[in-house]
Amino acid sequence: MCVGTGVQKLAFPIFLILLLASIALAWAPALLWPHKPLLVRDILAVVGVVAFVSLFAMFAIWWERKVAARIQSRLGPMRVGGWHGWAQSLADGLKLFQKEDIFLAGADRPLYRLAAYIAFVPALCLFLALPFSAAWIARDLDVGLLFILALLGLGVLGVLLAGWASNNKWSMYGAMREACQMISYEIPLGFALLVPILTAGTLRLTAIGDLQSAGLPSWLAFRNPFLLVAAVLFFLATLASCKRAPFDLPEAESELVAGYHTEYSGFRWALFFFAEYAEMFAAGALAAILFFGAWHSPLPAEWGRAWRSGPLWQQALHGVVFSGPLWLIGKGLFFVYVQMWLRWTLPRIRLDQVMYACVQVMLPLAMLNLLAHAVWQWLVPADSLLARIANGVCTAIGAVTIVAILATIAYGLFHRRRLVGTLVVDHLPGA
Amino acid sequence: MTDINPPITGEAIPQPSAAPGTLHTEELLVNMGPQHPSTHGVLRLLLRTDGELVVEATPHIGYLHRCAEKIGENVTPVQFVPMTDRLDYLAAMNNNHGYSLAVEKLCGIEVPERARYIRVIMCELNRIASHLVSFGSYGLDMGAFTPFLYAFREREYILDLFEATCGARLTYNYLTIGGAAADLPEGFLQRLAGFLDYFEPKIDEYNRLLSYNYIFVKRTAGVGVISAADAIAYGLTGPCLRGSGVRWDLRRCVPYEIYDRFEFDIPIGVPGGTDDIPPEVVVGDSWSRYFVRMLEMKQSVRILRQCLRQIPDGEYRAKVPRVLKLPAGEVYLEVEGARGQLGFLVVGDNGPIPRRVKVRGPSFCNLSIIPHVCRQVLLADVAAILGSIDVVMGEVDR
Repeated sequence: MCVGTGVQKLAFPIFLILLLASIALAWAPALLWPHKPLLVRDILAVVGVVAFVSLFAMFAIWWERKVAARIQSRLGPMRVGGWHGWAQSLADGLKLFQKEDIFLAGADRPLYRLAAYIAFVPALCLFLALPFSAAWIARDLDVGLLFILALLGLGVLGVLLAGWASNNKWSMYGAMREACQMISYEIPLGFALLVPILTAGTLRLTAIGDLQSAGLPSWLAFRNPFLLVAAVLFFLATLASCKRAPFDLPEAESELVAGYHTEYSGFRWALFFFAEYAEMFAAGALAAILFFGAWHSPLPAEWGRAWRSGPLWQQALHGVVFSGPLWLIGKGLFFVYVQMWLRWTLPRIRLDQVMYACVQVMLPLAMLNLLAHAVWQWLVPADSLLARIANGVCTAIGAVTIVAILATIAYGLFHRRRLVGTLVVDHLPGA
Repeated sequence: MTDINPPITGEAIPQPSAAPGTLHTEELLVNMGPQHPSTHGVLRLLLRTDGELVVEATPHIGYLHRCAEKIGENVTPVQFVPMTDRLDYLAAMNNNHGYSLAVEKLCGIEVPERARYIRVIMCELNRIASHLVSFGSYGLDMGAFTPFLYAFREREYILDLFEATCGARLTYNYLTIGGAAADLPEGFLQRLAGFLDYFEPKIDEYNRLLSYNYIFVKRTAGVGVISAADAIAYGLTGPCLRGSGVRWDLRRCVPYEIYDRFEFDIPIGVPGGTDDIPPEVVVGDSWSRYFVRMLEMKQSVRILRQCLRQIPDGEYRAKVPRVLKLPAGEVYLEVEGARGQLGFLVVGDNGPIPRRVKVRGPSFCNLSIIPHVCRQVLLADVAAILGSIDVVMGEVDR
């Protein structure tokens, strides 16, 4: 088994640094050289976004394989690149890149091509409006949230086209299911999103993030129980939107081979795959920004105010401890991890059950939640005792849940050998 | 009924005419298989679907036909035993056992005690291994990827035991005419006891992980209900029959070998609400058939523990002449394989080579209920039903 020696062990940290560097490349110019022409800055932003998404997708694919493997009592990629197969996705990407571009007989060529692009490009573009910190954003749009939602929804078109253009009945089934599911779940998603928008009073993501700088109790999810419910609803709706298990009917392997992307191979398939992982991170980052403190740590940013205007190393430390892009990436990764966790644990829900859950359970719940929150916001002043009690209770629930989840993960990490329950079977004589 | 096998010229399938006032939709003819991740082998299901609703399902078999019965007319019984391995290749020991019993009955061979216990041990271990595959792949069909890996992890321990005994992991050629081909290796029984201690709590764990999982129950409970009358009429046997509430198991009802010396229960499907059974469960649905297999694994563990206590020393094989002469006459004998009643007909004609060998594959009969039960169900339910019937194409096609 390759364990990784010396330089190879540094591979993974180098990869993380590259990830951060790509973000910095996108957004630092705006910070450091405000007088540069806009075109240069925009080109750098686009390059940075593409680099970030590609790097993240590669990392996420490797991570998913590792997480899946560990849950399934095996190891995952171990060889490619040395240390835990970190270069596996790189190798896979190169392999896919050099594969023959196959077109089916009877496939609708322009649409077949277009479908992959339409699925991929919106997933990239929405990172333009996604803030990694108050100043780390390519374009701070007034309607940033709406922009991101619109682009997430545009992915449905790519899926539908893929299913149709493949000239394959199974792909059609996958595409139909997908359209049904994604579009239906946009509605509870919207209702769940309206709740923090009501609280913040704006669609601008940086403004919503700035509201949550006063530590754990100020995180929007913990301000009142309706926001907590909205956070959970949002997470579930994005699960359905991203076609992740348990809502992965469109790519149900056992029934539809691979659903809408059955007939795609090589790099076109990689585009779908990249789009899915990009959307996963976007959904996680959005959940973090809207509900779970954006780029702020659980500690109030006030406590580190002195460091913000000190020397560079102190500013960096402030970013790491109190408020910075690492927190957003970390939270995004945590939600991505929860999505992966759910995928490898739960079975798949049938389509009619998916629709039932959406229309008859989530939608009324989301509507009532919005109504209740609106009434709460109207009647209960922000600094009253009731509001403070609600805030305290929700914060306590949230803190306990977060600590419990992290403790479970840590426990599993440290005791993984024992938990797998291996029964060592020595070969019997004669074997 | 419209012709569901349209000619290859591509004529349009005659569509049902729409009643006035209703929306006319076209029906789609879809092929599920023969290469498909969830048809458990090379099975082709021709589905006539109206959107997601399956109107009619017709299984087409024969993709794994290997002329096993014809081969039986050309080789001696001892040479045919490896062929039986390849029938139900997931529970190969049971096939070997059945064929050997049939030939021994025809020739009047008396099998020593120890050999009988070895046979029961191997059969029950293989039953567990087979049910593990069924459990794992059913979870996989339903979208739960992880139980599959857990099932195969446990299977590795069983296969290691088999490999130590006879050198093979899947097709053993071990339980042959007269007993077993070799004795159990040293340390086998201790290792088996260790495995049983390790494995028994795992069954409860898998029940918690998959069987009682809300999503899994919703996917499988109430789906593909087969009544007891239908099950008997269509010749269903094994967990499919027992899942419909019929308490029939050859090991208890028509005991062969030494099964009458062991205490074990015959699990059957029970209505939802009793014991721990989820309330949505109906007797004869996919969940019942699946759960019967989980309970049968526990009973197999029980039988194995009793075997460990009772197994004597002695010969592992009867003295069988090198050229075994089959007397004229015929024997039909059924054993309880992992998937149902596995029957062997051996017709001898005073020579070393039988005149006719016929195999009654339980999966062949179990599969016959697919057209009856896959009506007006969703596409996802076809996978659920097929997985719960648990066919192995080796048995179906031979």
